[in-house]
Amino acid sequence: MLFAEMILVALQSVRANLFRAFLTMLGIIIGVASVITMIAIGSGAKAAVDQQIDQLGASVLSIRSGSFMRMGVAQGGATLTIKDAEAIARDAPSVIGVVPEIAGQLQIKHGNRNENLRVAGVTANFPEIQGYTIASGKSFTKADDASRRPVAVLGSAVGGKLGTNAAAIVGQTIYIKGIAFEVLGVFEEKGSTGFRNVDEQVWIPFFTARYRVFGTEQLDSISAQMAPGSTVERSIVEIERVMRKQHQIQPGKDNDFSIADPRQFFNVREAAANIFAILLAGIASISLVVGGIGIMNIMLVTVTERTKEIGIRKALGASRRNILLQFVVEAMVLCMLGGAAGIALGAGVTTLIARIAGWNMAISPTAVLLAFCFSAAVGLFFGIWPARKAARLDPIEALRYE
Amino acid sequence: MQAPVTQTAPARETAPGPAGRPGAGQVIVTRAVTRSFPMGDTVIRALQGVDVTICRGEYVAIMGPSGSGKSTLMNIIGCLDRPDSGEYWLNGTPVAELGDADLAALRNREIGFVFQTFNLLARADALHNVELPLIYAGVGRRERTERAQLALEQVGLRERMRHRPAELSGGQRQRVAVARALVTRPSLLLADEPTGNLDSATTADILALFDELHRKGNTIVLVTHDPAVAEYAHRAIRLRDGRIESDTPNPRKGHG
Ligand SMILES: Nc1ncnc2c1ncn2[C@@H]1O[C@H](COP(=O)(O)OP(=O)(O)OP(=O)(O)O)[C@@H](O)[C@H]1O
Ligand SMILES: [Mg+2]
Repeated sequence: MLFAEMILVALQSVRANLFRAFLTMLGIIIGVASVITMIAIGSGAKAAVDQQIDQLGASVLSIRSGSFMRMGVAQGGATLTIKDAEAIARDAPSVIGVVPEIAGQLQIKHGNRNENLRVAGVTANFPEIQGYTIASGKSFTKADDASRRPVAVLGSAVGGKLGTNAAAIVGQTIYIKGIAFEVLGVFEEKGSTGFRNVDEQVWIPFFTARYRVFGTEQLDSISAQMAPGSTVERSIVEIERVMRKQHQIQPGKDNDFSIADPRQFFNVREAAANIFAILLAGIASISLVVGGIGIMNIMLVTVTERTKEIGIRKALGASRRNILLQFVVEAMVLCMLGGAAGIALGAGVTTLIARIAGWNMAISPTAVLLAFCFSAAVGLFFGIWPARKAARLDPIEALRYE
Repeated sequence: MQAPVTQTAPARETAPGPAGRPGAGQVIVTRAVTRSFPMGDTVIRALQGVDVTICRGEYVAIMGPSGSGKSTLMNIIGCLDRPDSGEYWLNGTPVAELGDADLAALRNREIGFVFQTFNLLARADALHNVELPLIYAGVGRRERTERAQLALEQVGLRERMRHRPAELSGGQRQRVAVARALVTRPSLLLADEPTGNLDSATTADILALFDELHRKGNTIVLVTHDPAVAEYAHRAIRLRDGRIESDTPNPRKGHG
């Protein structure tokens, strides 16, 4: 009940100096809003990345020639062949499926339209392993592959590029290097993953690509699907062992191939989100400290302004503890009001960013609680010194203060 | 008119010796109390060795010219100020030895103080001002409001209880201050010029309240310039230049 009086007095004091209180709280408001936004961005970015990783399908490693990658292009002269793919499938125990891929940029003709698109020759098991879902029509079969049939499956954006749309192009004919290909189906939109837009890609059977389109043995890449439960590290060791044997690389010599976890592309985006979050954390801590100092300053002013009141309260029976608590409560109320406003502002900013970035960001109750406790802690920390000053006032001197 | 510094109060005989403690029934005992205020180069000696003993149930008027140290003495008696030297016992306890929490409890429970300058909270209305000591006494909201309203009614201000001090006249403010001092039913009422701003009718009302409190056995110390007001008391102490000039019983009130 004495506590109720303290809160009442604190609120009265805020109301009496509304604008001053607002200016004082500004630091806290910005700090708390930053904390809220920071946590929401962190979790939102993580959720977005997790979602995209899920879309990748099963855990898949990608093997390319060359010892390192630059802008997605293998450097160095070594070549991957179908034999390597077969060896990996056979000899790496944790690999349960492989997709060899021959690829290149080719002119695609449809009616009077001409587009330069990436064409990938892959085995029939690729949709499952690389995580594609048919939107309309169907994909090609093992039999189509074995008999080198001229059939194709398209990414969702190809139809549009060729002057029609994704649904209408199914069943029609497109020309690749002058060969007529029947479009069997179209995949669902996947969005850009990493550096390549797979929605603008054309898939044809591996042997069709090998013998009728590209005329080369050299693979662009091999996708190896890992058995559930096996770790990326273990699979990489196994594949490396198989590949070094295949390519007869002497011990101590560098690999002429590279093994990549496609997930690592996402790490870049996550890192970008993290940098943004760290930036916000910086803003948050600076403004909380500055805000706290502002609170301390205004509390010192308040204590001076209300010296007479302190004297009266002491004369009527308020102990030092009562006065100390009253002013600490007041600083905390100030901070918590700022905290509440900051939470509202943070929620607004988060919604805005969520809308712009297309992320599914939620403000967690934990973040709100955290921010609230934080502002209360700032109030406690920066309010205690002015409150001590108030508590130590001599009653009769305080009463005489005008 | 220069009366000798008499020690007429019977309690004087049982006053504490250098090592002794005050006798039972002695509410206020000061011994050689001094208080001075440095003002620039000079020092203002507001109290220059005051010995007062006031027993339970006494009704004492303190008189004296302006600046003679009356308020300074009251502040010390009310545990708001401490003497520079000398000793002060309240209810047999040496006040100098009390800690902050004990002093706060004393001011809150035992003492009702009416300030010469009222000292009301400007931001609170009359009711809240009167409730304040009860808040620190831990009295529940409902009882608090009831008691505060009753106290305001006793000083004739019930219909003004929602007014802030700035919205009250000087006399009304003084009555709020009196109500606030009475609301805790203090065993010791210290009133510094409690009727200075009041007309004679309201003064009589307030003094009737004091009389009633006195009849119930409470001790009252009252500062006044007005001989008519001092007539209500059973004993008059006169101060001059920080010393007791005279200490006489009121012949019309037969003390004891
Ligand atoms: N805090 C202070 N600082 C400096 N001088 C003070 C202080 N308090 C009191 N005095 C001085 O001490 C002397 C006694 O003051 P006090 O207030 O006790 O007088 P008083 O008897 O109550 O007078 P009045 O009848 O006018 O109220 C005065 O000269 C006054 O100026
Ligand atoms: Mg005075």
